[in-house]
Amino acid sequence: MSQAAPALGTREMLRWAWRQLTSMRTALFLLLLLAIAAVPGSLVPQSGVDARAVEAFKLDHPTLAPWYERLGVFSVYTSPWFSAIYLLLMVSLIGCIIPRSAAYWQAVRARPPRAPKNFDRMPASARFETEKSVDEVLVAARTAVGRARVDVVDDQLRAETGHLRELGNLVFHVSVVAVLIGVAAGALFGYRGSAIVSEGDGFSNVLTQYDDFSSGALFDPDDLPPFSLTLDDLVAKFQLTGPQRGAPRLFEARGTYQPRPGDSERRYDVKVNHPLKIGSTSVFLVGQGYAPVIKVTDAKGNVAFEDAVPFLPKDGTYTSTGVIKVPDAEPKGLGFQGFFLPTAVSTGDKDAPVSAFPAAANPLVGLFVFTGDLGVDAGTPQSVFVLDKTRLTQEMNADGTPFRVSLSEGQTVDLPGGGSIEFVELRQFARFQISSSPLVQVPLIGIVVGVLGLILSLSIKPRRTWVRGRREGAVTVVEVAVLDRVPRDDLPADLDDLLERLRSALGEEKEPT
Amino acid sequence: MSLSDYATASNYLIAAATVVLALAALAYVAQWGFARTLAPERETVSLPHSLRSREVPPGSTTGTVVELVEATESAERSDVAGGIGLSLTALAWLLLLLGVASRGMAAERVPWGNMYEFGCAAILMVLTAYLVLVKVWSIDWVGPMVTGFGTIVLGASMLVYVPAGPLVPALHSYWLVIHVLGAMISGAAFLVGAAASVLYLVKSKAEATTPDDERTGFLWRIPPSAKIDQVAYRVHAFAFPIWTFAALIAGPIWAQYAWGRYWGWDPKEVWAFITWVVYAGYLHARATAGWKGKAAAILALVGFATFVFNFTGVNLFVGGMHSYAK
Ligand code: HEM
Repeated sequence: MSQAAPALGTREMLRWAWRQLTSMRTALFLLLLLAIAAVPGSLVPQSGVDARAVEAFKLDHPTLAPWYERLGVFSVYTSPWFSAIYLLLMVSLIGCIIPRSAAYWQAVRARPPRAPKNFDRMPASARFETEKSVDEVLVAARTAVGRARVDVVDDQLRAETGHLRELGNLVFHVSVVAVLIGVAAGALFGYRGSAIVSEGDGFSNVLTQYDDFSSGALFDPDDLPPFSLTLDDLVAKFQLTGPQRGAPRLFEARGTYQPRPGDSERRYDVKVNHPLKIGSTSVFLVGQGYAPVIKVTDAKGNVAFEDAVPFLPKDGTYTSTGVIKVPDAEPKGLGFQGFFLPTAVSTGDKDAPVSAFPAAANPLVGLFVFTGDLGVDAGTPQSVFVLDKTRLTQEMNADGTPFRVSLSEGQTVDLPGGGSIEFVELRQFARFQISSSPLVQVPLIGIVVGVLGLILSLSIKPRRTWVRGRREGAVTVVEVAVLDRVPRDDLPADLDDLLERLRSALGEEKEPT
Repeated sequence: MSLSDYATASNYLIAAATVVLALAALAYVAQWGFARTLAPERETVSLPHSLRSREVPPGSTTGTVVELVEATESAERSDVAGGIGLSLTALAWLLLLLGVASRGMAAERVPWGNMYEFGCAAILMVLTAYLVLVKVWSIDWVGPMVTGFGTIVLGASMLVYVPAGPLVPALHSYWLVIHVLGAMISGAAFLVGAAASVLYLVKSKAEATTPDDERTGFLWRIPPSAKIDQVAYRVHAFAFPIWTFAALIAGPIWAQYAWGRYWGWDPKEVWAFITWVVYAGYLHARATAGWKGKAAAILALVGFATFVFNFTGVNLFVGGMHSYAK
């Protein structure tokens, strides 16, 4: 953008702006800007990628988070500024492709241009003398240039090769446009969400059953395909021995599904890398963990809660955390927050036990107890994995340490304020990701075609060659020049090769140098 | 041999390869060091093509016989060191090849399933690329950088060593093989490209500032900067489509199988994309007035830095779905 804007009419201004936007320099600038703009999204959690991490970040950074929120740092790739950059890039790209396609159309049909007057000005040129006639030289030159578009006019030969380069380049840039459009379409019409389903439970594909859900601006959640599924069994196998003890070996979810209400039930078997496909929707197994069934009896003796509670794994040994909300307990609401250890081993008297292995050999639930108002009815949607403690009081021991419940499978413990809590049995849960991205083939095919274009574009040399003969007394002075339209190749070496071919076509020995 | 024999053999072979590669790097440094006071071999390609046949005859330099003899000795030493460097690099390549292969035998799968293995296999690829290109384009002048970098990566890989074993379920897919192989091949070429770009920057600066009579040392025995620039371009032009394939085709297809989405802006994906965009920028810069040469070479280095960050910084500090691969 070196030129100053000329003080002319709107039309000229617009034309000037368009020329700036579609210049190579702007394209380069926008590409680098795009690279820089993509960085923050990899360092700050993204709500489209990991909504829970975003929540955690907000809690940890109370002053920074509102600013990030305002600037769209939690959703960089859908933020206005990121979109602006790639939309500008796309406009620039289209503005670049159209005139270049027109120029290409002309160039393919044009004949090779005439030789420049002065060969010395060419990036690579040479001259030599021969006894052969001009015509013989031109015939030999025809052989020497090989496969090329060639015209022989008067005393000169004009050859041009490498139109495919520009074609490849155009194909590549058009593909980039196709990819951008395809990605945009997928983002507008697609949806994706995840849901946790415990063994014995089911899932129906309606919005309320998702733990997190995101969809494109043009997708209507009422259009979710009406399938349902149940989880019968989750198989998780871990390496039992050796140095990689505890490493996951197999995850598999089994159960039945119904493509739409009224259909017969079918069996499914979903493994990592092997999703279940229902129409255009795919169901993936993306995680699993433990869901102990917990029963809470309140001080009045009523069963206020009984359900499988998913505890989210935090590390490789499946040390997991979770909360239990019992808002309806009488006289006061009850909340529990704590951890689950599949294979608990004690580390000493005072310290909390730790998990030694990801499979459930000695399952243990440890919980802190809170009483009061859980805030579930306040209207604001709450995560089932977070306990809002603003109006809760924690139960304490007499010595002032937090009161903690430790439960093995089948155990019941009395609560300080009356009532009890029981770890009824252990189940597992599966975390399914359910997604549909229509038109996903467009970007995929686009980029495959694009790579092919790219290969052409990067491997072909667009070259012009001229050979000119002039009779001077008893000899013919032969002048040769070559020019690459992208000044980047090994011209001198190629010129030497050409000279050699030319001489041998003339039946001459290479001059001793 | 049992699986654990293979695993042990692999560890010894890779350790040996690291040592041999370090010695190769030393030999290459010696090659440059011995040539410190030497004048350019001959006045060659920097002349316009039409003048090329008129080479300055050898021995026309003024100087005493002693100087000449000393120069010849230094030149010989430098050449010998270079030869040793190349031979040791080839030996390191062989050891590494066997080491990586036996690692594959021990784990009964392709030997690039975690960071340690990726480091070793990637350097195997780098050495392969280097040895091939030495044959084709005589690029042994990037030897010190390639072997030095290789030694550092192999050494650093030991820090993230894990014993050989099968893969976590998410990595079970032949797209893993393709995706990672593509990333390693293009990464190897990006490294050679980056090394050439560094030399290009150094040499083009020297060409602009060093008076003719001060042009001594190995820098003046390697090709002129224009030629180096060309080598850099060619390896990048080779690597870029492969990177496009590995990062933007094979990666998304695998991610679709594994995680139910082609592209999810996971940190690793973000950085793969950034690398891609920066190298696209590099290719553009080479065709843009004012950006050719120096700025383009710097962009190539930035591209390589983003690539390296993706396999170190993102793995170790940022996390994300791909941290499975650790
Ligand atoms: C998403 C945006 C873009 C990407 C990813 C991209 C990528 C590339 C790549 C990889 C090349 C190298 C191929 C080659 O050297 O032949 C290239 C070349 C080229 N691009 Fe783009 N480009 C983009 C946008 C643009 C725009 C907006 C323009 C218009 C100014 C443009 C004009 C060109 C031209 C003229 C070349 C050929 C350069 C040469 O002959 O070396 N590109 N592009």
